[in-house]
Amino acid sequence: MSSALRKQRYLLDYTLSSLARRPGKNLGLLLVYTLIVFMLASVMLFTHALRSEAVAILQESPEIIVQRLVAGRHDLIPAHYLRKMGHIRGVLERKGRLWGYFFDPAVKANYTLMVPDEAQPAADEIEIGATIAATRGVGLGDIISLRSADNRPFSFRVSGILDADSQLVSADLILLSEATFRDFFAIPEGLYTDLVLRVRNPRELRTIAEKLILLLPDTRPILRDEVLRTYDAIFSWRQGIVFVLMAGAVLAFVIFAWDKASGLSGEERKEIGVLKALGWETADVIRMKFWEGAVVSLLAFLLGYLLAYAHVFYTSAALFEPVLKGWAVLYPEFAPIPYIDLLQIATLFIFTVFPYTVATIIPIWRAAITDPDLVMR
Amino acid sequence: MLLNPSILALLVVSATVLLLIALASIFALRVIRHWDIHSGSELQLQLERRTYLISTLVAYCFLAELVALLLFIYNAEQMSSQFVGAMCATGVLNINAYGWPVLYLKIGLFFAGAAWLTLNRVDNQAFDYPLVRVKYALLLSLLPLVAAEFALLLAFFLNMDPDVITSCCGSLFTPEGKGVAAEISGIAPADALALLGASALLVTGAGLHHLRSGRGALLFAGSNLAALLIALIAIVSCIALYIYEHPHHHCPFCILKGGHGFMGYYLYIPLFLATALALGSGIIAPFRNRPSLAGIIPAVSRRHTLGALASLLIFYLVAGYAILRSNLSMLTVWW
Amino acid sequence: MKTIELHQVCKTFNQYQPNEFHAIRDIDLRIEPRQATVLKGPSGSGKTTLLAMIGCLSRPTSGRITLGGETLSGLPERFMTEVRRRTFGFIFQQFNLIRGLTVSENVMLPAYPLGLPRERLGRKTAELLARFDLAPKAQLKVEFLSGGEAQRTAICRALINDPEILIADEPTANLDTRLSAEFMQLAHGLVAEGRTILMTSHDPEVFDSPMIDRVVAIRDGRLEP
Repeated sequence: MSSALRKQRYLLDYTLSSLARRPGKNLGLLLVYTLIVFMLASVMLFTHALRSEAVAILQESPEIIVQRLVAGRHDLIPAHYLRKMGHIRGVLERKGRLWGYFFDPAVKANYTLMVPDEAQPAADEIEIGATIAATRGVGLGDIISLRSADNRPFSFRVSGILDADSQLVSADLILLSEATFRDFFAIPEGLYTDLVLRVRNPRELRTIAEKLILLLPDTRPILRDEVLRTYDAIFSWRQGIVFVLMAGAVLAFVIFAWDKASGLSGEERKEIGVLKALGWETADVIRMKFWEGAVVSLLAFLLGYLLAYAHVFYTSAALFEPVLKGWAVLYPEFAPIPYIDLLQIATLFIFTVFPYTVATIIPIWRAAITDPDLVMR
Repeated sequence: MLLNPSILALLVVSATVLLLIALASIFALRVIRHWDIHSGSELQLQLERRTYLISTLVAYCFLAELVALLLFIYNAEQMSSQFVGAMCATGVLNINAYGWPVLYLKIGLFFAGAAWLTLNRVDNQAFDYPLVRVKYALLLSLLPLVAAEFALLLAFFLNMDPDVITSCCGSLFTPEGKGVAAEISGIAPADALALLGASALLVTGAGLHHLRSGRGALLFAGSNLAALLIALIAIVSCIALYIYEHPHHHCPFCILKGGHGFMGYYLYIPLFLATALALGSGIIAPFRNRPSLAGIIPAVSRRHTLGALASLLIFYLVAGYAILRSNLSMLTVWW
Repeated sequence: MKTIELHQVCKTFNQYQPNEFHAIRDIDLRIEPRQATVLKGPSGSGKTTLLAMIGCLSRPTSGRITLGGETLSGLPERFMTEVRRRTFGFIFQQFNLIRGLTVSENVMLPAYPLGLPRERLGRKTAELLARFDLAPKAQLKVEFLSGGEAQRTAICRALINDPEILIADEPTANLDTRLSAEFMQLAHGLVAEGRTILMTSHDPEVFDSPMIDRVVAIRDGRLEP
């Protein structure tokens, strides 16, 4: 080991013992620092997890959805549009879908009703999401009755409870057969909610969409990639908003750090004077203080990040739940999939460690230029 | 777009660095105007102490810029999902006219910062601060670069239009296209490899010459810069193909992805490190005859040269490994 | 062995300001090696200021200080530190040991910037502590030391980089008569080893001691004839 390296080790040793000698002062800083990292990291991890979840759901959805518009509003689409669009090169499969929303006054919640592609339940049976089962207090084989659009009572036997990987979608989902769906919502044969197209080559999507607009002028094609892009933008935008809101907290932290670093006690100032008199160079003191900042930052960053990780992934962001519960009565037991993202860590680093470091440069320098003859006065 | 956290982070770093360098420049001006090493006055003592602050500020800014450079590329990589046509950083950098200039400026600042810090380190080791005016004049010249970087970065992020269909590596780096990228992609792999070999010989020769004779540091720095450019060309026109195992994929960014074993990092880090060290060695060379630096510069220059040569060796080994390990055989494609 | 020479050394505090104060005026002085020299004078006479300048802790406002013919006074702070580290050992009036650190950690402080190998530094420290009867206290925190032990720890710390010249500011001010005598014995031993000792004092026990080679009297910033 070279003497320069050994010197750094001595300085680091000194820093550690110096931190340990002033536990009160440093614990306070560490606590606030950790809290800042924890807050920002929680927001980042959680919004990112929400986005990943949404993206994962969309992966399953078809490449193109065609909706009919009447007077600018989404309307049922006739089945003969499928024939009207004819064969478009690149489209693997096209079919109509039936789905809709239903407000259940009994639990004051919205359900999503949907006709599955395959394995449709029998006429008087339904499969329901786990959350519906829980709120309505029903199990397999029980009967649920719902009132249809024209106020006729329908009774269904629960033939299955969906426990999909992703709670977020299946929570409020009810699957039923096509005939029952049409009967329940009074939708005549030959009309669908929308049409979906499967496309193999993503590069052909735009061309296909353009052709669709020409062939079916009263429809709008929705591209899955377009939705994904919007999601991406919206989620990072939301995160950004939260960050801007938190900028105040970070700024307060910066001022706190500045104050801590410049508010040296007489004893600390004297200590630096002694070190300088004994032959420590200004740059040595700066380096020693740099190590101090590095140790505190590293500790706070690790602690804060780990706490946020546990908070988001093990308690499902319990602190955010009250805020999120607003958006649906059937709040799903959302268990995000744990992940670690380098870009996120780097960003978090820049929002926490970087401001701290910048805030301490000038106070550190001021302390380091203490006159060495101070101790003789 | 501006509210993306990583973009905010990049802007925060860039603005802070601009602020700190501006602060350092004000101190630098005072030093240039009032410095008198032979004076025992309070002012001189204050100025001497200010030099510590300036060194610390610049060193921290350099580190922050280094992290920001990595973050910038990584962020561009991730943002590619938000633009039609973008599949990697290339597409995002193409979204408007500012993307590439920002990248080049960031790389330029990295090298300039590294060179300045070397100069500063050498000067701090001599007892009479022989280069104090030179180095602070150079620091002042960094300020416009830092300001330009911030302005371009802001322009880049402000002018991101998600409706623009951008062109990605597939269309930019193809021999059939127009422009520098296409020209580079069009270079035959065999020629690129020959050029790479020649540059390796040149830079090694210059390095060994400098190690042996203590002279020719500028030549070494120059040939290292050339080696960097040629290596980048070789990555685009040839080495990348082997990493992707695809004879038409020329992208210099996709090799940074996990899918390709993060090969890009193993290539770029030693390459840029070597150039930074060599440039440091070059920038101090003109001052080696100053009496107080005569004992310091040769030692520092030697260390830098050794480090640069070792880094280059790692780069060439990694490049060689990437080519040999690859399942792609170009014999049938071009040769 | 190096001689310290002062030529027309002045030190002015708050120069060009209303509260300007001339602490040292035009001092010419030569301090011979391998001797114990005492700067004697009442408090406020400028002896500590002079000592700090000789020990490279501060710079003269004008005049020249040389060490073995080399001018120190024009050096930048960075190199004054270097010279200080290699040439001088310091013993302060209040010892200035760092509380919370052990005896041996305190002794090693001046050596940290040199980056010596750990074993070598540890061995050097242990030898010094053994020599000054501090070996059993090596791992004790300095706040638990007696006055004499603290004094000896300060001496060990001053000696860790093996300096040629020891600078002591009022070394006996905080010691009783017995300990003062003990300190003078130790100082004598260090001069006998070939070191130069320069100290300030207004304690007759010190400047009247037979172990002192030379006494320089200062009053109001000037040498008394």
